[in-house]
Amino acid sequence: MSASPLLIVENLVKHFPLTPSLVDLLLRREPEVVRAVDGVSFSLARGEVLAIVGESGCGKTTIARTLIGLEEETDGTILFNGQRIGATDRRTLAGLIPLESGAVGTREQQTLPRMSLKHLRQHAQMIFQDPYESLNPRATIFEIVAEPLLVHGLLRKREERIARVKSALEDAGLRPAEDYFLRYPHELSGGQRQRVVIAGAMVLEPELLIADEPVSMLDVSIRAEILNLLKDLQKKRAVGIVFITHDLGTVAYFADRLAVMYLGRIVESGPTAEVLKNPQHPYTKALLSVVPVPNPRLRRERIILQGETPNPLNLPGGCRFHPRCPVAMEACKQSDPTYVRVAEGHEAACLLAQPVTSS
Amino acid sequence: MAESALLRVRNLNTEFLIPDQGAARALEDISFDVHPGETLGLVGESGCGKTTALMSILRLLPANARISGQVFFKGVDLMTLPEKEMRAYRWRELAIVFQGAMNALNPVMRVGEQIREAITLHRLMPTREAEVRVGELLELVGIPKERGAQYPFQYSGGMRQRAMIAMALACSPSILFADEPTTALDVMVQAQVLELLNDIQQRLGLAIVLVTHDLGVVAEMCDTVVVMYGGKVAEYGPVDVIFNDPQHPYTQKLLESFPDLNEPTEVLASIPGTPPRLTEIPPGCRFEPRCHVCINRCKTESPPLLRVGESHLAACHLLVDKL
Amino acid sequence: MNESWLLFKRNLADFWRVFRRNRMGMTGAALVLIAVLVAIIAPMLSPYPPTAVIRDEAGRGLTFAPPSVHGPLGTDDAGRDVWTQLVYGARISLTVGFLAGFIAMFVGSLFGVLAGYFGGWLDNLLMRMTDVLLVIPDLPLMLVLVATLRQMDLKISPLTVLILVIGLLYWTSTARLVRSQVLSIKERQFVARARAIGAGNFHIIRKHILPQIMPLIVANTVLILSTAILIESGLAFLGLGDPTQPSWGTMLNFAFDRNAISNGAWWFYLPPGLAIVWVSLGCVLLGNVLEEMLNPRLTGHHLEGEARVVETEAASG
Repeated sequence: MSASPLLIVENLVKHFPLTPSLVDLLLRREPEVVRAVDGVSFSLARGEVLAIVGESGCGKTTIARTLIGLEEETDGTILFNGQRIGATDRRTLAGLIPLESGAVGTREQQTLPRMSLKHLRQHAQMIFQDPYESLNPRATIFEIVAEPLLVHGLLRKREERIARVKSALEDAGLRPAEDYFLRYPHELSGGQRQRVVIAGAMVLEPELLIADEPVSMLDVSIRAEILNLLKDLQKKRAVGIVFITHDLGTVAYFADRLAVMYLGRIVESGPTAEVLKNPQHPYTKALLSVVPVPNPRLRRERIILQGETPNPLNLPGGCRFHPRCPVAMEACKQSDPTYVRVAEGHEAACLLAQPVTSS
Repeated sequence: MAESALLRVRNLNTEFLIPDQGAARALEDISFDVHPGETLGLVGESGCGKTTALMSILRLLPANARISGQVFFKGVDLMTLPEKEMRAYRWRELAIVFQGAMNALNPVMRVGEQIREAITLHRLMPTREAEVRVGELLELVGIPKERGAQYPFQYSGGMRQRAMIAMALACSPSILFADEPTTALDVMVQAQVLELLNDIQQRLGLAIVLVTHDLGVVAEMCDTVVVMYGGKVAEYGPVDVIFNDPQHPYTQKLLESFPDLNEPTEVLASIPGTPPRLTEIPPGCRFEPRCHVCINRCKTESPPLLRVGESHLAACHLLVDKL
Repeated sequence: MNESWLLFKRNLADFWRVFRRNRMGMTGAALVLIAVLVAIIAPMLSPYPPTAVIRDEAGRGLTFAPPSVHGPLGTDDAGRDVWTQLVYGARISLTVGFLAGFIAMFVGSLFGVLAGYFGGWLDNLLMRMTDVLLVIPDLPLMLVLVATLRQMDLKISPLTVLILVIGLLYWTSTARLVRSQVLSIKERQFVARARAIGAGNFHIIRKHILPQIMPLIVANTVLILSTAILIESGLAFLGLGDPTQPSWGTMLNFAFDRNAISNGAWWFYLPPGLAIVWVSLGCVLLGNVLEEMLNPRLTGHHLEGEARVVETEAASG
């Protein structure tokens, strides 16, 4: 991979401190923290789709919000096109170089150029989950799609703006675009609304899209349309997409690479087909075994984990997953497993993961 | 087939009267059977009428609804009963777990008490016995008895859903209606809840009517499937047949649009357009505007349910030749 | 822009369609409109100027004359026509009431938006101010303020004093309402989207928050108007109005001060009282209906079409 990655995330941490209780204050105790994201690293190449998968509370939405600047990270580095984004500008950072596998190595400490949030937002946009809620009900479709242009002061001439909005809507499959200009969101169907959201995200021609559950709230028969649209955009414009979801079925269809999260950490990542075929982490294996599959004849062994994802306030010691892990050993309680390289680009954080002898 | 059926729905029609807009035909001519110990899936996308069907059977619709048709439960037509008698059936014989039920628990009342309330409201047994029963129910759904003394906020989402199921089972119903019971849950919790439902069904010989849009859940849980579209039954048959030999174009397309983890490279289909507005039902087949194989007849005539196989019905004009 | 006018017309038409079926709302609107109309065309409704004394053939002032051919509501203690005073008084009462109401709305909305949107110390400050004002009893405070301001001889007309005092003390309910709405709108996904696009605070407030709360502010303002008119009447009744520009409250003041009751001149004290009730009632009816109709909690805009019809269905899938 000769081109440098579009996005590099290194050891991203986001903690939410809880408001200290009176007792905490009196005893001068540190307030408790919710460790929503606790050391996540990944990279995204240009025009690639990376899916971040996990159940609720795993931190995937927090990652999305941090990448787009709606949250400030507590620690870690985010590089977009080689420039730092995020709040950690007063710290000197280790330079980062991408390795062939897509993982990241380090260089000596030096300060990297910084990109302002406003500038970032011209290049990275977010697609939200709820097509009914993410559009201002009192704004027209034109206003919604033109808003990014307005906010960034681009294309000040009205005709230019109209032309750009028109092309964004048409690229998103809403034709003829002019018909939609004066409509309100509530006049459109869920699928159409999500297209408007996509048009609004694409109007600035960004290089990175962060899609947070973009199709979860749509009817099944409409999902493919939207996914296909995103796939198209990915190809035509070489847009990199970070695709956040809990739906493994969609991931198989849509993502090039996949990262599985549990309690704030990535437990397994790699090329989608590879991870689905050969999962190494017990959590991944369990998830894959219980995803409902539309095939009544399929008999498979389902690994149904007991209990639910624990509260990120009380993280278990050692491997986070060990209390629920069907194959946990003594050693799992002692320390957090490091990533084991299972295959080309595929790694898992489990003591039982089998590394493949490199070819 | 009809004789051993626990529930027989025949020609159920439901309309909503809306000021300024006339009548919205939410359901038209719905018929299906539920047998003891069977799991029937009501499948469809938003607006197809599956929740309305449930509500119509249980007569829980608002005042502007007009229902007609017959719903035979153990031989008695529920539609002819006065409200007072209907109440005796609700919960005691026909229990329902609503969508988002986990949020329907009273936050200031202990969970055990709420379940007990469900029992004592129907005056099934004295309080002392009811307490014991509550304990049994909690154990049945996999919640330790002691946790009945806790409040809903102390329960996780999955546990709350289980508590709702326990409440539904309080009066030992014959049929459990579950409206999207796992839609808001994580996939692992969903698996737990579905496994629980299966377990309960086997232990109690319960029949389950499962309303969902998730075809994977249908494939896992259901014996029989009713596919609904635009308020009508599109296809009806055993799960195996529906999934492997679907006859209605909508069913076919729907199956093609549902991702299968084991076949990730297949191109996902999508159905262009949107479901019909219930106030503007077209005269012909409701699916015709979006159908990829429709013929002229489909525009003018609404297709009846045709028998295309043993216990397999589908409403499509193209199937006339296959009869 | 041509298009916004079209949109406005369309929205208005939609609104009207629903509103006109609401009897309570239409009644309220009618009451208010009639009062406003009367105020506007006052000179046309009465042949006399308000200060004219009606004299009999002998030239004596017809004091406390009952309703007669001279005037449908008789005369007051000085022989002036009551009907005339009533219709001219409408101008004063309504003007003071409306202006005070608008000031209250403006201040209240501003504070509400600032407190709700920015939170933090600003929120605290504004809310504490609100609390203080709520705690102090209104009428005594207003009496003190009006009396003080008049003493200070600031060369502002007594009516202006009244308007300012009412306006600056009645914004609290609007502020609270707006603040809580802003708090909930702030969390909605379309605001997060706007932020993700890079919109600044001013843009978000202007384009996303305000349009959502405007309808509620309008409804609330109408209700405030009713209060303002009542307060004005009360203060005027207590003698704090401008005797040269009598409002209905002032009329009541005169009536009571000058023995209309003991003289049995019901035509002097009943009409202004009823007029006050008329307008207040109109505002309250209208305001309540508007609030009901425009309450964002109740508008299920996303449940459109058949989904709105079958609300249970909309919850699925």
